[in-house]
Amino acid sequence: MRNLLSAADLSAEEVFSILDLAEEMSEVQARPIKKLPALRGRTVVNLFFEDSTRTRSSFELAGKWLSADVINVSAKGSSVSKGESLRDTVLTIAAMGVDAMVIRHSASGAPAQAAAWTQIPVLNAGDGTHEHPTQALLDAFAIRRHLRRSDPEAEIAGKKIAIVGDLTHSRVARSGVSLLRTLGAEIVLVAPPTLMPSGVGTWPVSLSTDLDEVLGEVDVAMMLRVQRERMSGGYFPTPREYTVGYGLTRDRLAKLKPGAAICHPGPMNRGLEISADAADAASSLVLEQVAAGVAVRMSVLYHLLGGEEDQ
Amino acid sequence: MSTSQRPLLITGVEFVDGSGGDLLIIDGAFVDPDRAPADVERVDATGLLALPGLVDPHTHLREPGREDTETIATGTAAAARGGFTAVAAMANTQPVTDTAEAAEFVHDTAIREGAAKVQPVGAVSKGLAGEELAELGLMARSRAGVRMFSDDGRCVADPLLMRRALEYVRAFDGVIAQHAQDPRLAGPGACCHEGEISGRLGLGGWPAVAESVIVARDVQLAELTGSRLHVCHVSTAESVEVLRWAKQRGIRVSAEVTPHHLLLTTDEVLGYDPTYKVNPPLRPAEDVQALRQALVDGTIDAVGTDHAPHARQDKEHAFADAAFGMLGLETALGVVIETMIDSGLIDWFRLVEVMSAAPARILGLSDQGQPLVEGSPGNLTLIDPGARARVDAGDSLSLSRNNPWHGRDLPDPVQLTVWSGRITYRRS
Repeated sequence: MRNLLSAADLSAEEVFSILDLAEEMSEVQARPIKKLPALRGRTVVNLFFEDSTRTRSSFELAGKWLSADVINVSAKGSSVSKGESLRDTVLTIAAMGVDAMVIRHSASGAPAQAAAWTQIPVLNAGDGTHEHPTQALLDAFAIRRHLRRSDPEAEIAGKKIAIVGDLTHSRVARSGVSLLRTLGAEIVLVAPPTLMPSGVGTWPVSLSTDLDEVLGEVDVAMMLRVQRERMSGGYFPTPREYTVGYGLTRDRLAKLKPGAAICHPGPMNRGLEISADAADAASSLVLEQVAAGVAVRMSVLYHLLGGEEDQ
Repeated sequence: MSTSQRPLLITGVEFVDGSGGDLLIIDGAFVDPDRAPADVERVDATGLLALPGLVDPHTHLREPGREDTETIATGTAAAARGGFTAVAAMANTQPVTDTAEAAEFVHDTAIREGAAKVQPVGAVSKGLAGEELAELGLMARSRAGVRMFSDDGRCVADPLLMRRALEYVRAFDGVIAQHAQDPRLAGPGACCHEGEISGRLGLGGWPAVAESVIVARDVQLAELTGSRLHVCHVSTAESVEVLRWAKQRGIRVSAEVTPHHLLLTTDEVLGYDPTYKVNPPLRPAEDVQALRQALVDGTIDAVGTDHAPHARQDKEHAFADAAFGMLGLETALGVVIETMIDSGLIDWFRLVEVMSAAPARILGLSDQGQPLVEGSPGNLTLIDPGARARVDAGDSLSLSRNNPWHGRDLPDPVQLTVWSGRITYRRS
C-alpha cells in the first residue's frame, strides 16, 4: 500500500489486515504506557488545510504511540492567502524529508493531487465531500467488534447497514459505501431526494426515502451529520421537518432490531439527526468509533510505513 | 514572427473544391496570379490545402491586467500558429473592457503588436457585475468598432438587464454573446458536470439544465426584441434542442462550440487534474455526440476556442479552487479535423464555414472569412491535412501551459498563415 486516498483502493484482504492489526493496536491503547517502537525515526506530517480537532488528534496520537515524530501543520487557507499553490505547499513539506503526509482539505481530490506530485506516501484524512477512508475503516472496526460481542466469529458480510441523512455532502458515506461493500455488507442509503448524490442510482446500494420502512430490517443505523454549513441551497424546509422524516428519534429507537448498532461519525447535532436517547443508547457505538479511530490509524500508518524497512 | 509586405505568390495550392492553382497577394488583397511582379516572394505550396484565414469568435488575451499569462502579442502569435487571422478578445480583462477607452486600448495595441486582427468584445454590464449596462453605444462608436458584447466568464443572469441589452444594441446591429449559466443552478461550488462522476468524486456539480434554461430564456428574449443573440460555448444536448427550436422559429440566434467540447468528456476529471477544469465543464459522451451533430446540421454555427491562458500558480490548486479554462488557439483546427473531418462528419466546405465565414459574420468582420478570390482581403491558412504530431505543452507560443492536449497525438496541419498579405506564421 503506497497511499491511502480512497476506501475503494483497498481489497478485502487489505481491509482485514488493517482491522486485524488494529485489534492488536487497541490493546496497546489500553496499556498504561502506550508506546510501540514500530515507527521510531520516521516522521509523519499532519497537513490540515481544514480544521478538525478530532481527526487531527487521532492521527497525532496514532503516530506518537508508534514512536513516529509527528508534526502538525495547520495550513488552513495559507496556500491561498499567502499566494502559494497547493502543489508548492505539498512539495515544500516533502522537501523537508518527511516520511508520510496525512492530508485533510476542504476540496475534494486534494490528497490525490498531492500523491501525484510527490513520492511520499499520502494518507487522505478527509477531502471535501469526497472520502474519509480511515473513518470507514474505524466504522468497520467498531461494527465488527460490536457484532463479535454476541458471536466471536461474526463478520460484516451479509449484514444490512443503513446510511442515513446528508449523503450529498458526506465523505463518510462515500468511503463507507465503498468499504462496507468490499466487506460484503448490504447497504441502503436513506435520505430525502435533495440529499442523494448525483448518479447514486449507479452505486451498489439500494435507496430509500422512508427511514421508518427500513429501520426494522437493519443491523446498523449509521446516522450522518447534517452539514448545516453547506445547506445554502435549501435542501429541506426546516430542521423540524428533517428530524420528523430522517432523525433517529426516541420513537424510532424502538423500531430497531434488538442489538442493532447505532453509529455516528460526529460531531453530532443532538436533536436534529440523532436524539440524545439514541446517541447515548446502550447500542450506540459513537464513543467506540472515536476510540477505534486511534487504533485503526496506528494500523494504517504501520501498513504505509512500517513494512518498508523489511523490503 | 516572419513578416512580409512584398507581393506574395503561393504556387501549387489545392482548394477545398479539389481544384488547384496559384495565389497572389499584393497590398493586402488577392489579385490575378498572372500579374506577379519580378520581386515577388514565392512560397511553394505543392500538396497543401488553402483555407481562408480562420476566425475565432471567443479568445481570452488577458491584456490588460494579466500579461504574465498572455499578451495581445503572444496570444495573436499563438492564433497565427493555429491558422487564425482574426480573434475576438473577450472583455474580462483587468480592467474590464467596458468603456470606449478600454476597447481602444485593445484595438490599438493589436494594431501595433498583433499577429492577427483583434476585435475587442465589450462587456454587457459595468465591471461584469451584471447590474448596469456598460457604455455599449460608445464602444460601438469607438475606433475599436465593437459589435459583440459579452460578460463571458459570467452569465448575464438578470432577465431584465438581458432584455435591455438586446434591445439597446439593435440600434447598431450589435450582438449579445451570452455565457449561459444560471448562477443559482450552477452555484459557486460548481466545478464539473453534475452526474455520476461528480457524485462519486464529491465535486460540486454544474447541471446541464443550468445552461439550457438560460438559452431558452434568452432565445425568447431575442425573439421579443428582434435582436441578435450569440450563445457561447454550447456544451449540452438540451441546449442544442432549444437552439434547434429557436432557429426553426426564425429567431436571430447563433451559437458556437469549443474544440474541447467536441472531443473531451467529463471522464477527464477522474484524476482531479485542474487542466481539465473548464467552464462550462466537460460533459458526457452523449452531449459530445449531440454537439458534433449540431455542428453538422447547422444548429451550431461556429467553432470558438475559448482559449483561456492561466499561470501555473492559478491552476496548481485543489480542483475546486483552481482557475477555469484551457488553451485552445494552437490546437483548434487539429481537434476539429480529428473530430469532424477525419470522422467523415463534415467536409472542408463546412469546416471553412464554421471556422472562418460564420464567425466573421457573427462578429461583423467584412474583411475576414472571405473566399480566396480576386479582390478578397489577403487572409489564408495553408495546411497539410495529413500532418500529425504529439502535442507538447512546452512547445507553445502562448505564455501559458494549461494545455489539455499535452501528450496526445493530433492533426498538426498549419504550415503557413497569412494575414492581410503578411506572413504571420511559417512552419520552420
